Amino acid sequence: MSTVAFITARGLFGRRRALLLLPLPLLLIGLAAICRAYGVTPDMWGQAVIVGLGLAVVLPVVALIVGTGVLGSEVDDGTIVHILTKPLPRYEIILAKYAVAAAVTAVVAAVPLFVTGVLAGSAKLGAALAVASVVGAFAYSALFLLFSLLSRRPVLVGLVYILVWEGLLGNFVSGTKNLAIGQYVITIADKIAPTAILESTIGLTTAIVMSAIFIVLGTLAAINRLGSFSVAGETS
Amino acid sequence: MTTQTLPAETPTTTGVVELSTVSRWYGNVVAVNDISMSLNPGVTGLLGPNGAGKTTVLHMMAGFLAPSRGTVTIDGKPTWRNPSVYRDLGLVTERESVHGFLTARQFVTACAKMQKLPDPAGAAQRALELVEMTSAAERRIETFSKGMRQRTRVAAALVHEPRVLLLDEPFNGMDPRQRMHMMELLHRLGDNGHTILFSSHILEEVEQVAGLVQVIVAGRLAASGDYRKIRRLMTNRPHVFAVRSSDDRRLAVALIAEKSVAGIEIEANGLTVRASDYGSFTRVLPRIALDQGIRLRQVVPSDESLESVFSYLLEG
Repeated sequence: MSTVAFITARGLFGRRRALLLLPLPLLLIGLAAICRAYGVTPDMWGQAVIVGLGLAVVLPVVALIVGTGVLGSEVDDGTIVHILTKPLPRYEIILAKYAVAAAVTAVVAAVPLFVTGVLAGSAKLGAALAVASVVGAFAYSALFLLFSLLSRRPVLVGLVYILVWEGLLGNFVSGTKNLAIGQYVITIADKIAPTAILESTIGLTTAIVMSAIFIVLGTLAAINRLGSFSVAGETS
Repeated sequence: MTTQTLPAETPTTTGVVELSTVSRWYGNVVAVNDISMSLNPGVTGLLGPNGAGKTTVLHMMAGFLAPSRGTVTIDGKPTWRNPSVYRDLGLVTERESVHGFLTARQFVTACAKMQKLPDPAGAAQRALELVEMTSAAERRIETFSKGMRQRTRVAAALVHEPRVLLLDEPFNGMDPRQRMHMMELLHRLGDNGHTILFSSHILEEVEQVAGLVQVIVAGRLAASGDYRKIRRLMTNRPHVFAVRSSDDRRLAVALIAEKSVAGIEIEANGLTVRASDYGSFTRVLPRIALDQGIRLRQVVPSDESLESVFSYLLEG
């Protein structure tokens, strides 16, 4: 593990905001377990819990907390300077941080989604949700990492993306579906384990290609942006 | 606005750090205006009042800000968008941010690893010894006092033995003992051939550490060169003193005959004396008082703010 990745991981779990990662996955599993325990059929709760909570909220919000935590917090408190004043190619820094963000998001989101999938239907549905959320974790992380470098308020920008772009516009303007990571995740899961719970609206190829585009372009833009990172003049 | 360029003590060949006609503006605000300077091995002070543009200059040197115009180079290589300069450059920012969850040794070792040094642990040990932080090296940085934190950050900036070390207000918030310690360290590094630049808005700090000074006022280079000559320029300007004594009127009569006194006003609660020469006046005043048998109760220089000193420099 590179030193940058080590410091990033230590920083991520050393901050109190890491605790924010716990409640959402627990809520997801808890809801699914309650429905299952009371014998409610998955047709009744599957879509609301898996899509409405799991894919539309847990996955992107976990990615947002982690993605802005690996870089945005360091930019915020100025510790990023210690990493930037090293003769490291900027891609090494971004890739290390991206790897940590994507891996942590993937684990934190995919595990509860797998459990929820198993409770709602089968191990196959669970596996499909896990695979799809791993893809989603990588795409969201690339996007939110980039937001950390484009804005001083990356969490706010990320929330607007999740709530307004994916949540609101996705329901009314069909064109935005092709540019919403959430839709790629649903599509990939649906194609692996087709069920009535998941409703894919775009093709599998589009979903895979677009996810790759988000990952590659987001990372490249972040590398370029970090190369000309300016420390705001704090001349008081 | 004229610049008083004084002959530097070292011959001005191409310096290790070179700023050539550098300006930086933010929108309509000009933070740094057409500055050229050249830094050589030894300790140089970057002096100026708050808001003069010292941090902007340091950030441009450190590659954290693109100059709007002009070039900033270290060993002939531009610093902007060029991470390879960090092999020869160490930076200690004013902002006291550190990865507090690491111990001092972990932090300095991590810096050594990121510098890709062959023996990171050994380099970290040497750097910690240099700043005398070995006894506390296993403690987490967040438990440190301000001075210890600062020393740890200096160790991190020095771990790869860079030729150039930039420090932004390194003495801010330090107690006198920590200040002395840091000054000794800078002296030692300068004597060892490092090129050190530190910024400060306090004249006395610069006086004690740096032989050479670059003075920045309102984004411009107001003076540069040997510290003592700049000090003389600063002290030879007219000074105003508020003086109170056991017999103000008699003292005023005696003082007005002095060459170094330009004017006196007698007020209800004392004298306002305008001295044309700081040095001679402060020497002559106690002697006159003694000769006349007058007791001095108060002698206070009344326009000693750094800003007024700097604005005098600019007018000169």
